[in-house]
Amino acid sequence: MKTKGFAAPYVVWMLLFTIAPILLVLCYAFTDSSGQFTLQNFQSFLDPIYIGVLFRSIGMALLCTLICLLVGYPAAYFLANRSFDKKGVLILLFIIPMWMNFLLRTYAWLTLLESGGLIATLVNWVLRLFGAKEEVRLLYSYQAVLMGMVYNYLPFMVLPLYTVLSKMDARIVEAAEDLGANRLQVFLRVTLPLSLPGVFSGVTMVFMPAVTTFVISRLLGGAQFKLFGDLIEQQFLFTGDWNFGSAMSLVMMALLLISMGLMNRFGDKEGGGVF
Amino acid sequence: MKASRFFKGLYVSLVLLFLYLPILTLIVYSFNASKSRAKWDGFTFDWYLALFQNEEILKALYVTLAVAALAALIATVIGTLGAIGLFAMRRGPRTLFLSMANLSMLTPDIVIGVSLMILFLFAKLPLGFWTMLLAHVSFNVPYVLFSVLPKLKQMNAHAYEAALDLGATPWQALVKILLPEILPGVVSGLILSFTLSLDDFVISFFTTSEVQNLSILIYSMARLGINPTINALSTLLFVAVMALLLLVNRRSSILER
Repeated sequence: MKTKGFAAPYVVWMLLFTIAPILLVLCYAFTDSSGQFTLQNFQSFLDPIYIGVLFRSIGMALLCTLICLLVGYPAAYFLANRSFDKKGVLILLFIIPMWMNFLLRTYAWLTLLESGGLIATLVNWVLRLFGAKEEVRLLYSYQAVLMGMVYNYLPFMVLPLYTVLSKMDARIVEAAEDLGANRLQVFLRVTLPLSLPGVFSGVTMVFMPAVTTFVISRLLGGAQFKLFGDLIEQQFLFTGDWNFGSAMSLVMMALLLISMGLMNRFGDKEGGGVF
Repeated sequence: MKASRFFKGLYVSLVLLFLYLPILTLIVYSFNASKSRAKWDGFTFDWYLALFQNEEILKALYVTLAVAALAALIATVIGTLGAIGLFAMRRGPRTLFLSMANLSMLTPDIVIGVSLMILFLFAKLPLGFWTMLLAHVSFNVPYVLFSVLPKLKQMNAHAYEAALDLGATPWQALVKILLPEILPGVVSGLILSFTLSLDDFVISFFTTSEVQNLSILIYSMARLGINPTINALSTLLFVAVMALLLLVNRRSSILER
């Protein structure tokens, strides 16, 4: 075909607005404020404060992914089982929150967890039954941020799981049952292994945004609670140290590429289907 | 068996309750006359009135829609042409150019945001509407590319050349032969771009200064705490999303029949 030239605007655009910015980040990360080559930016990152934030981000993202998986898998499994009549409507109900602006989804939790909010009132009422004297503050805590993450990303776990589970050949499960496997065995040795591509793609879709977020931590965790994303935002918008900020951006990219690589190694390359 | 079905239904309902309770609370509170969360002071439309009198919010709505529409259109043109061009290439250069789109999709939003901010400030472009638009086009292009490419793979590779042989100009062959074949991919790329743009916060946040889209405005308002006007805004956006989804769903189910 003689249409190769059509790609010119695309190539130019990507070079200008994808490749060039990343090259600039690379340049800034390996130079100091006067433009000299240095590794100082990466050495500064080794400070226990920053490493602590990095590990907290990874830990929270992992925990959030685990909770999403534990909550989302049964939901997707039940939905994919043919026992519901209005499956289409139900799965649509899982998709709708994904379409909501994610700031609004996070803001919604602000109203629930705030002192006087529905959940805060309920929790404190229950605690008072058990003899608690002081009011517990729910907002601006580790738990609030974790809650916000799980709430935001749960649909991203349910959807790929549902897709894989509902496409699974029901005859395989029947065959296993005919051959004498009990329900637990069928699940552990047939359904679960076959649904692993969905698990991997769900885990990727939850972990990636969770480890890079700075909005959820800022809105639900308050100014004191920092995640990796907050550090980068702060360097660029408040401290103005682009060199250090660029180095941290590179660390974040490396972290994501490594975890993607791990996922691909463990996961089925065909079935992931996120990208 | 009945008990297990009840249990499954209960479980799914509980998860859905978890997903919808916050949204429903927002909707209820958007009609609450009291500004405080703790008590219900009666039904009111005041927050909706305040919403439509708030010029900042209306301006942000306009910016959001303008950026999303323009970015979706530009990205669709660039991405579609890019897909057609890449498809005609040999394996080597194609893989190279495709990896640029892959790189863009793998880069976390916050890194895309700060790297574009560096670029714009480096190039002495004042941050604002236009830089936000450039940024949105950039993150949309790969999504268009990847929704058009599969359609190209499905079509007859020689149709375009046949049209040229039969005397069509390249433009005619593009519009009359190629485009109708890949149109579904182009349209889904356009819709995807539009929704991604509407929803974007992180990249916009770094690539603009005073000009705000809705996400940025909500963020700056929410940082100051609860504001009933945001509740009203959320309710309207929620209703809009529901209406849009029902519409799309109905259309596609009619088409399937």
